[in-house]
Amino acid sequence: MLWRISREMMASRCYKTTIRLMAAAPNLIHSEAPDHKRYFFTHLGLTERLLERCLGEALSAGGEFADLYFEAVTSMSLGMDEGIVKTAAQGISVGCGIRVLSGERTGFAYTDDLSPERLLKAARTAALIANGPQTQRVQGFTETSTPSLYPVAGATADAEVAAKLKLIERANKAARDFDPRITQVRASINDELRRILIAASDGTFASDTQPLARLNVSVIAKDATGSNGFGSTARGTSGGGGRIALDFFEGSKSPEHFAREAARTAILQLGAIAAPAGEMEVVLGPDWPGVLLHEAVGHGLEADFNRKKTSAFAGLIGQKVASPKVTVVDNGKMPGRRGSLNVDDEGNATQETVLIENGILRGYLSDKLSSRLMNMPNTGSGRRESYQAIPMPRMTNTYMLNGDDLPSDIIKSVKRGLYAVNFGGGQVDITSGKFVFTASEAYLIEDGVVTAPVKGATLIGNGPEALKYVSMVGNDLALDEGVGTCGKAGQSVPVGVGMPTTKLDRMTVGGTGH
Amino acid sequence: MSTATTHATDLKQLAAEAVARALDLGATDAEAVAVESEDFGVNVRLGQVEQLTESGSRALGLRVFFADAAGQRTASTSTSDLSPEGVTRIIESAVELAKVTGADPFAGLPDRAAFGSNDVASLALYFNDVDAIPPAERIEIARRCEASAMGFDTRIQNSSGADFDASNLHRVMVNSRGFTGEYRSSYCGFSVTPIAQDASGAMQRDFWYSSARTAKLLASPEEVGRKAAERALRRLGARPVMTQRCPVVFAPEIARGLMGNLLAAADGDSIYRNSSMFSGKLGEQVAGENITMIDDGTMVFDHTLPNGETLRVGGFGTSPFDGDGLATRRTVVIERGILKELMLNTYTARKLSMQSTGKASRGLAGAPGIGGGNYFLEPGSLTPEQIIGGVPSGLYVLQTMGHGVNLVTGDYSVGASGLWIENGELAYPVEQITIAGNLKDIFRNVVAIGNDLEFRGAGAVPTVRIEGLTVAGS
Repeated sequence: MLWRISREMMASRCYKTTIRLMAAAPNLIHSEAPDHKRYFFTHLGLTERLLERCLGEALSAGGEFADLYFEAVTSMSLGMDEGIVKTAAQGISVGCGIRVLSGERTGFAYTDDLSPERLLKAARTAALIANGPQTQRVQGFTETSTPSLYPVAGATADAEVAAKLKLIERANKAARDFDPRITQVRASINDELRRILIAASDGTFASDTQPLARLNVSVIAKDATGSNGFGSTARGTSGGGGRIALDFFEGSKSPEHFAREAARTAILQLGAIAAPAGEMEVVLGPDWPGVLLHEAVGHGLEADFNRKKTSAFAGLIGQKVASPKVTVVDNGKMPGRRGSLNVDDEGNATQETVLIENGILRGYLSDKLSSRLMNMPNTGSGRRESYQAIPMPRMTNTYMLNGDDLPSDIIKSVKRGLYAVNFGGGQVDITSGKFVFTASEAYLIEDGVVTAPVKGATLIGNGPEALKYVSMVGNDLALDEGVGTCGKAGQSVPVGVGMPTTKLDRMTVGGTGH
Repeated sequence: MSTATTHATDLKQLAAEAVARALDLGATDAEAVAVESEDFGVNVRLGQVEQLTESGSRALGLRVFFADAAGQRTASTSTSDLSPEGVTRIIESAVELAKVTGADPFAGLPDRAAFGSNDVASLALYFNDVDAIPPAERIEIARRCEASAMGFDTRIQNSSGADFDASNLHRVMVNSRGFTGEYRSSYCGFSVTPIAQDASGAMQRDFWYSSARTAKLLASPEEVGRKAAERALRRLGARPVMTQRCPVVFAPEIARGLMGNLLAAADGDSIYRNSSMFSGKLGEQVAGENITMIDDGTMVFDHTLPNGETLRVGGFGTSPFDGDGLATRRTVVIERGILKELMLNTYTARKLSMQSTGKASRGLAGAPGIGGGNYFLEPGSLTPEQIIGGVPSGLYVLQTMGHGVNLVTGDYSVGASGLWIENGELAYPVEQITIAGNLKDIFRNVVAIGNDLEFRGAGAVPTVRIEGLTVAGS
C-alpha cells in the first residue's frame, strides 16, 4: 500500500510562497533548500533582468502569454554485453524554448545558445505568432514552491560510475547463473539529471532538478531440443528504476531481481504454446498491465484532444464510461516514481487528478492553454520532451484503485480465458477509441486454474467501452517497476502505470490458436 | 541560409579539432560527428494557425578509442553546448569514460582502405528552394490542404489539423584515420488529418501526406486533402468480424512495415547474437521464391516535371556514406527467397568474420547501430485491383497498431483495421480486430505481389496478399 502512504505524506507539502523579483540583482529569489535555480544563475549566466527582457520581447507583438523553459540535461549510459563493458556514453543538452500564446495560437522557437542575443532573437521569432502592439506586461514572479518527491543527485562522480558498473556486473552474473540455457545477456544502466527553470509572463517562476535512472536486463534463452523438438529461442527483458538515488537498487529491486525476472521470462517463453484467438474473458495481473488504462482511457482524457473534440471521450464528463468498480487517477506526486514531477514543465505543481470515479468520467488532464480555453482547472499536466518541444497535456503515474476481490477468486471465476501478467507497449487511436497492448507474458486459464504459458499476443479493445466489462477488481494494487515511456506527437516522456488484478468479461485476444 | 559557407567551415573545424584534441589526450583513434539543422513547422487547424515553430540547432558527438593488446576500449559523448568549455568537457569526459570500459577485440574504427563516400553532388540530396518558400506560403499550403479535406464531404466537420514542415540538415564526419565526409540535405512536406463523423456520432480519422527533398516535387495540397478525406470517410461504420483464417491483402503503406521485417531479421547485430530468426540462415531459403528485397543507400530518382524537364533527386534513405564512414551501396539482402547478404556495419561484420555492407547508422551519441538506406520489395505484375479481385473473402489491411512483432521467434500479432473483401470487392470497413501468424510462414506465403511500387519514403513495398493468417475479432 505504498501509494496510499505516499499520497498522505505529500498532501501537506504543497504550498506557494510569493517573492517579488527585483531587477539586476542575482539570487534574490530564494526559498527552502534545495535551490534548483541556482545552477542557471551561477553556471549558465542567466539574470532575472534577462528573463524579464526575453519575456518582454516575446510579448512585443501582442501575445497574451509567454514562457521561457531553460533545460540542462546530463545523461549517462553504461552497458555490459557478452561479459564486457562495451558501452559508456555521456550526453549533454542545454537550451531554452520560448513560447508565445495568442488566443489558440502558439508561436515557438528554441536555441541551444543561451547568450542574451540568441535568447532575444528566439523571443522575437516566437513573438511573431501575434501581430499587433504589445498589450500585456510581464508580471512580477511568484515562485512555485516545490515539494521534494525525489533526491537531488550531485554531478556524476567517478565513485558513482564505479557503483553503476558494479550494478550491471551483478545483473550480468545473476542472469547467466539463472539457467545454462541463457546464452546472451545485456545489462545497462541509463540515468540522467534534468535541471529546468521556467519563467512566464503571468508571473510563474519555478525550477526543479529531476533525476531519472533505469536498469535494464535483456537476455536470450536457447534450448537445443525445445518444446517443439527442433530447438527454440526466446528473449526476456526486465528493468526498473525511477526518480531515485543509486541505493534504490540495493533494496528489493536489486540487479539480481531484474536479471532473474528477465531470465525467468525467456525460459518460460521457450515452452510457450500459441495464444488463443478471439473474444474471451481476460484477467490482467497487477502493476505494468495498467498500461491498459494508459491506452484505453488516459490519452483520450488529455484536454487538448477534448478541446479539439477529436477524442472518443469528448463531451462524456459526468457519463458512465466504465464499470462502477473502476476508479482511475493520475498522480504526479508519488515519491520517487518515474512519472512523478515536483512541478510540471509549465511551472505548476503536479497533483492527484481523479479521471474516472466509480465508472463515471470526472475530469481531463490539462495544461495552461487548455485550461484557459476550456475554462477548467489546470491539473499541472503540461509536459514536454525537451526545450525543443511545445508542452501539452500528458499523464504522469496513472493507475486504478483497489477493489475488494481476492486475486485468487478472480482467477477461479474464469472458465476459459487469458491471464496476462506482463506487456510490451500499447497504442491508441484517440479518435476511434481503438487501442492495443501486447502481452509478453500470459497464460491460459482453464476451469479456474492458470495452465500453459502462451506466446505474445496483442489485445485490442475500444476505450470508452472496454472498462465497462470490468467485473472484478482485486485488492493488490501495485505500480510498475519504473520502465514506462510514453510517446505523443513525437514527444517522449517518462510515465508510470499501475492496477490491481482485474477481470474483463470481454476482450479480443490476437493469437493464432484455438 | 546566407551563412551556409561560414557554418560549413565551422562544423568541419569543430569536428576536426575535437578529433585532434582527443588524440592529444592519448586516444589511439577518435571520430567526431557534427550536425547543424534548421527546422520550421506550422500546424493549421480549422483554418487558423495553431502552432508555428522556427529554430536551428547544432550539436557535436565524439567517439574515442584506446587500443591495447586485448582490443580497444571505447566511449562516446555528445553535447549541444558548443562553447569552448562545453566542447572541452565532452572531450575530457570521453577520455575518462573509456577507461572504465573493457577491451573489445572487435571494436575500433574501420581499416583505412574501407573508407569512402559516394559523390555528394550526384546524389542530389539538397535543394535550396525548400528554404526559399516564404513562411506565408508554407502556412497557405497547410491551409489549402485542410480546406480541401474539410470541403470534401459534409461528414467531415472537424480536423486534427494540417502541418507543413521544412528542414535543412548539414552533417560532417571526421575521424583520425583520414576520413572526412560532409553533406547537406533538405526536406519539406505537408500532411492533413481530417475527422469524419457519421450519424451515430462515431468518429474516424485518417491522414495523407506529400513529402519531398525539393518544393518542385510536392503534390497539390487539394489532391492530398481529398485523398485524406476519402481515407477517413471509408472507415466510417467499421465493425469487427468473426475470428477466422482468411487471405489478408496488405496495402503498400502497411506492406512496407511487414516486409521491412525481412531486413530487420537480417540485422547483423541480432544475427551475431543468435537472436534473430535468420541467425545461421545465410545462403538458405527464408522466404518464397517470389521475394527479392533490396537495401540501397545510393538511389537517385528521375522525376519528370510538369514542364517536361527531368529532375534528379536523391531518395529519402540516400546518403553518401554510412555511420562508419564507408560508402553506401546497393545490397540484395533476399534474392528469390534466399538470404544472400546481411545488414552489417563494421563491428557486426568483424563479429561474423565478414565484410561490412555499409549499413552503419550513427546518431550523435553512442556506437553506430544498423540502419539501411532506401529499401524495396521487387514488384510483381498484378494491379492492386487484380489482387483484391482474386480474394473470395478476406481482409484488406489499411492500418496496423501495436508492437507485436518478435524477430527472435517470428511471432507476429498486431491490431488492425481496413476493409472487408467479399467476392473480390471491397465491401465494408472493419476494425477492432487483430492479425496474427509467424513471419517465417508469412514470408513463404506471399501469394501475390502488386506492380504498385512507389517510393513515398525511404522504403517501398507494393500491395501483397498473404495466406494463412488468423484474424481475431468477435
